[in-house]
Amino acid sequence: MPKRTDIKRILIIGSGPIVIGQAAEFDYSGTQGAKALTEEGYEVILVNSNPATIMTDPDNAYKTYIEPLTKDFVEKIIEKERPDSILPTLGGQTALNLTLELFDAGVIQKYGLNILGANIDAIKKAEDREYFKKSMEKIGVPVLQGGFARNMDEAYEVQKTIGFPVIIRPSFTLGGSGGGIAYNIYEFGEIAANGLNLSPISEILIEKSAIGFKEVELEVMTDKNKNTIIICSIENLDPMGIHTGDSITIAPVQTLSDGDLQKIRDYSIKIMSEIGVETGGSNIQFALDPNSDDVFVIEMNPRVSRSSSLASKATGFAIAKIAAKLAVGYTLDEITNDITKKTLACFEPSIDYVVTKIPRFTFEKFPQTDSTLTTHMKSVGEVMAIGRTFVESLQKAARSLENGYYGIESLYGLDLSYDLINEKQDIETVREEIKSFIKNNDFRRLFLIADALRAGFSAKEINEFSKIDMWFLAQIESIIEHERKLFFAEEPLKNIDLIKESKEMGFSNRIIAKLIARKKDGKHILPEEYLKKDPQAVSIIEETENAVYGALKDAGIKRVFKKVDTCAAEFEAATPYMYSSFDKFNEVEPIDNEKVVILGSGPNRIGQGIEFDYCCVHCSLALKEKKISSIMLNCNPETVSTDYDTSSRLYFEPLTFEDAEAVCDAENNPPVILQFGGQTPLKLAKKFDSQGIKILGTPYKYIDIAEDREKFKNIINKLNLLQPESSMAFSGEEIFDKAISIGFPVLLRPSYVLGGRAMEVIYGEEGLSEYIKKIFKQDISFPILIDKFLEDAIEIDVDALSDGESVYIAGIMEHIEEAGVHSGDSACSLPSFSLDNKSIEKIKDITETICREFYVNGLINIQFAVKNEKIYIIEVNPRASRTVPFIGKATGVQIAKLATRIMLGEKLKSFNLGRSFDINYYCVKEAVFPFSKFSNVDPMLGPEMRSTGEVMGIDSSFGMAYAKSQIAAGQNLPLAGNVLISVKDEDKKYLKELGISLTEAGLNILATKGTSEYLEGIGIKNLKINKVKEGRPHIIDALKNKEISMIINTPRGQKSLEDSYVIRRSAIEFSLPYYTTIRGAEAACMAIKALKENNIAVKALQDYYKGI
Amino acid sequence: MDNSFKKERAVLMFENGDFYEGLFEGKPLESGGEAVFNTAMNGYQELVTDPSYNGQVVVMTYPMIGNYGINEFDFESGKVWISGLVTKNYVNHYSHYSAVKSLSEFINSYGYPVISGIDTRQLTIAIRDGGQSNLYIAPKEAGVDYIKNKLSSLPRMEGLNLVSNVSCKKAYENKTDFPEFRVTVIDYGVKLNTVRCLNDIKADVTVVPHNFSKKEILNTEPDGILLSNGPGDPQTMSEEVETIKGLLGEKPIFGICLGHQLLSKSLGFKTYKLKFGHHGINQPVKNLKSGKVEITSQNHGFCVDFQCKSADKNTVLTHINLNDNTVEGIKNEKLKAFSVQYHPESSPGPRDSLYLFLEFKAICLG
Repeated sequence: MPKRTDIKRILIIGSGPIVIGQAAEFDYSGTQGAKALTEEGYEVILVNSNPATIMTDPDNAYKTYIEPLTKDFVEKIIEKERPDSILPTLGGQTALNLTLELFDAGVIQKYGLNILGANIDAIKKAEDREYFKKSMEKIGVPVLQGGFARNMDEAYEVQKTIGFPVIIRPSFTLGGSGGGIAYNIYEFGEIAANGLNLSPISEILIEKSAIGFKEVELEVMTDKNKNTIIICSIENLDPMGIHTGDSITIAPVQTLSDGDLQKIRDYSIKIMSEIGVETGGSNIQFALDPNSDDVFVIEMNPRVSRSSSLASKATGFAIAKIAAKLAVGYTLDEITNDITKKTLACFEPSIDYVVTKIPRFTFEKFPQTDSTLTTHMKSVGEVMAIGRTFVESLQKAARSLENGYYGIESLYGLDLSYDLINEKQDIETVREEIKSFIKNNDFRRLFLIADALRAGFSAKEINEFSKIDMWFLAQIESIIEHERKLFFAEEPLKNIDLIKESKEMGFSNRIIAKLIARKKDGKHILPEEYLKKDPQAVSIIEETENAVYGALKDAGIKRVFKKVDTCAAEFEAATPYMYSSFDKFNEVEPIDNEKVVILGSGPNRIGQGIEFDYCCVHCSLALKEKKISSIMLNCNPETVSTDYDTSSRLYFEPLTFEDAEAVCDAENNPPVILQFGGQTPLKLAKKFDSQGIKILGTPYKYIDIAEDREKFKNIINKLNLLQPESSMAFSGEEIFDKAISIGFPVLLRPSYVLGGRAMEVIYGEEGLSEYIKKIFKQDISFPILIDKFLEDAIEIDVDALSDGESVYIAGIMEHIEEAGVHSGDSACSLPSFSLDNKSIEKIKDITETICREFYVNGLINIQFAVKNEKIYIIEVNPRASRTVPFIGKATGVQIAKLATRIMLGEKLKSFNLGRSFDINYYCVKEAVFPFSKFSNVDPMLGPEMRSTGEVMGIDSSFGMAYAKSQIAAGQNLPLAGNVLISVKDEDKKYLKELGISLTEAGLNILATKGTSEYLEGIGIKNLKINKVKEGRPHIIDALKNKEISMIINTPRGQKSLEDSYVIRRSAIEFSLPYYTTIRGAEAACMAIKALKENNIAVKALQDYYKGI
Repeated sequence: MDNSFKKERAVLMFENGDFYEGLFEGKPLESGGEAVFNTAMNGYQELVTDPSYNGQVVVMTYPMIGNYGINEFDFESGKVWISGLVTKNYVNHYSHYSAVKSLSEFINSYGYPVISGIDTRQLTIAIRDGGQSNLYIAPKEAGVDYIKNKLSSLPRMEGLNLVSNVSCKKAYENKTDFPEFRVTVIDYGVKLNTVRCLNDIKADVTVVPHNFSKKEILNTEPDGILLSNGPGDPQTMSEEVETIKGLLGEKPIFGICLGHQLLSKSLGFKTYKLKFGHHGINQPVKNLKSGKVEITSQNHGFCVDFQCKSADKNTVLTHINLNDNTVEGIKNEKLKAFSVQYHPESSPGPRDSLYLFLEFKAICLG
């Protein structure tokens, strides 16, 4: 049966901003789905609030809406576009929940929408844990003992019947948020209350914990004829108790017999049928007792998920694309397998390699929070690697993480001291510490397990306290055993078999070098020398690494490239998807026409997210449009760039120099593009340059200048431009001296970091000492950069395009928050909403001057601060920036594509763009934060970036655009009610204006003592409210009584921070809109006013562009 | 993992002289047979004990083999039937609650080698593109000439009758509790799970040797006859085909794999050798009647040609392979006979096709 002809217009709901638990994988699925349905001739109406997505590129849909993903906005879109169907299964939990909400509000029924993929009943059955449990009991699939609770009394009741430990899972939450494991009644009370609070229907499931059971997932697809296939089986290395998103996972399963596997396969098919998933992909999780044949189903997601994205990348099977086709009526046996082009999609992929996924955490940005892993997800990204064996795959994945290691290196330096272990007096302490970290599910567990083995624990002992299967531990043990061989080898470079074996096991040259390197006295590098990055030790390791490289080259040992073909070579495949292995047979021939290698951006992390993947994808598309083969190199399975049909060829490889160079070598060294993948590829620029590989775009020399403070300063001075006074310090004392000579406030940060790690504004000597202590404690390396901090300056971000001669100012974005808040965390408006024309013209002039001076070829991003009509240059980045996709969506000008064409030699003038872009509407980008996922973290904004994603609001006025951005980011602006204000002394001068704005917006003001008195003094009506310490009723009482609708709190300095922390944290716990800057609060007033004066309206990007 | 002993070097050679070096896992044994690759990612215990693999050296496309060891219940017969197992990365330190020994220990104990360190994807491509070939495994020091000699003396699978090797010598019974009907299985190399599946649907089973006569078979008083799977070239089994011809119409007949080929021959169809056969557990088969697709377990090198003019006109095509459109199932309603090329009893592999046993039961009881 071919596709349905009774439907014409399909609404696809995206997943919104990147948050923990819902990342770029839904851009991948939405993009595939939208493309597939458009190809089939349907009119796709797409809505997503996230501008940094490929799916929201206007080419991918008939109409694209960047609007908040709420019932009201989506209803407006439905009213306007009148789609006849809605596809809710590609946009994660957000899209499913929103569809349910639209159904419950009668919108789906009112407009007669067909729900494709999964019907309401199926969604409810799968998502509502009580329904699910009943359904499972009906078909005889075992579930864990437990029960549901809708309040605390019921919760304690259920807990009593099953004992401890118990797992608490809130219904309908994302990434298991609000869930956890309780070992005692105290923990239970806390987690259960939080879970009830976070569940939109106030329901939690309390289950007997299956901690230590094996956790396995199956990715299942079904069509309307009930043909059901298993795309991939995935085994978690971490047993039950750690969220699968935070687990190291392996595909296919390793430790199950065929009998075990067929049992869960049979269960899965039964479950699909009982739940009533009509078509598409689902993910079903099982727990297996490692000591018996007991199996329990844990949960299912009746939609495309993070795991299905991983399964898709692991097997080459295009799950999302096929799910979209199944949703419109095709059956699996009517769809061709895109990879083989010869066989059909109706089969179960067989793979002949091992896939390892390792999550990427960013706890360094949230030092206050608990960094142990539990049932709610905490990772912000992931890497995937492919190898021919588990150890090769695991070691490749480990070095893909970009956490500063080149493999599974020791956290304690133990890999450099095997012979010292027993002499070391404190080895017992180290052993105990490692053991306790592993037991408590520390997020570094892979590295800790390796260290436990190095420190003499046996695999069996580790199995006892980690519950990780012996199979995995024995494999990791083989890595450590080999490490020892390398470490103790005499003249290892002459033992080429040993080096070859190392490479086959996935060791990087760097690790081999680290292990075999000897100092002049013939002794090994000491752990201290390595951990402290002793320059002499580093240079010895670098020399040895070159020697390893040379020895391999001399012996003719080279990696080979193999194909991901879905069928284990049973059929010849025209696949463009490759990976490397130190195996024997190379089956990949270099592409034989003009080609360019694009280096991707690696794992998503705070500071380097989906925006850079967007740029890489655009680069690839531009190359293909120019008939040049694009070769993508990346290791992030959650992205569009690692989709098999985005580029002419995909190499799924780590982004280290060794791995990247090998790909270039295999392709006969075509030119490379490093400009789009953020800091990851840029870090390799120097090495590529020195190897004589052609780098397209801005010359390396200028990239270097922009990164080098001194050289940069000289150029700025030469051009007679302004820069905040700055200096550099190489020691603690120097920080002190130089900061004082520049004058407070100062901005401190280490050099060469992205996302502003360890960046802080310091207002006085006390803060300075704290900062110095911190950098020593966190082992942050010098030099530390010191800048004069321009208080109350307006920060401006400019993205421009240049060929070194002409310049196109693609966007001048005014930050809402003042300078000092990281640009990635600040909301910004395009066009500027408060800057005068003179300043804007000046900024344009300066941008042009800098572009020419830096011979910019492609994109450049410049950050300015404007204070007292003076324009300071903060930073110049001659590369694609985080705001490129935002500008693309706001203006419709695809600057990443144009930049690619410039790099290929086209002249900017030939694009006829003019000098800059002017639009008659406003676009506001707002950052989205993970604070609700991390307890104990202060949600105030600062110079260190902490947002995970972004949304965009677009409307004819700034107020409405900002309002939309806030709503999209989950800040439910109140139209009435009480606003709590508490501000620092420096901000009191702004209170008059803010107070008037709030009153005009129809809000009542509640203020804490100091603020209240000040407001009284200037004649602004307000009610005083007690701080917690000042007696009851206090702020928290008011919050609990829902008497507060919004919070404005601006803290300064460490002390005040602690006082007002409770207030800010409450905003998170009570899901209230909050502002920690005056400018943010003022913008919120404008937004509230706009919301009161206007009806909400929606407009497609395509319609905005028509008006330009 | 035991690294204390050094693994011995192995050589593996094809008929065209191409050879590959690997390592022996366990004992350095030599052996040869037809090279086949199998794309199943697990299920090796069932696979190596499946009599249909008699005379074949199996190359596993999944690189890590041995992971969960050998247990006491996943046997498909009483011994190892493969002539050798070729892996990329053999895992000695297995882990599974039910494991009792390692895979290499098990295979070695029947005198066959297990080798590792082979780029099995390379071998798979060689088999896929080069087509049918024999393969010989020997210690490296045996020398090229020795191996070539051995290779030349290996029989070709085409024209090879292996059924007498694998079939039982005497009839035996497998009873079930509360039986509802009786099935006699003609053993051309039957897998234990076929018998288990019949027992599961309440059949008392009698397994008889491949060379039992029509009379001897009918003497077992079956309600239906199952023609089992097995190794070798169906072309060589004219006696068995004649027996089946005699049974047609007498009792309902259900054929599996080799049994399917023999039933087809008895209905006048011919068989031919596929280039590299179907060996795996992910083969999509379409049931032409229901339109549904089954993911099936398969292991065969020969195939039925449905285009034969001389064949019985009442026989219809019921199942096809979606990868290459080859014949996967036939049915003759008048004669109450049907058969499938794949393995509904799975083991290893998906259990999508168990319904066929129920259909057989319905015919037997109807």
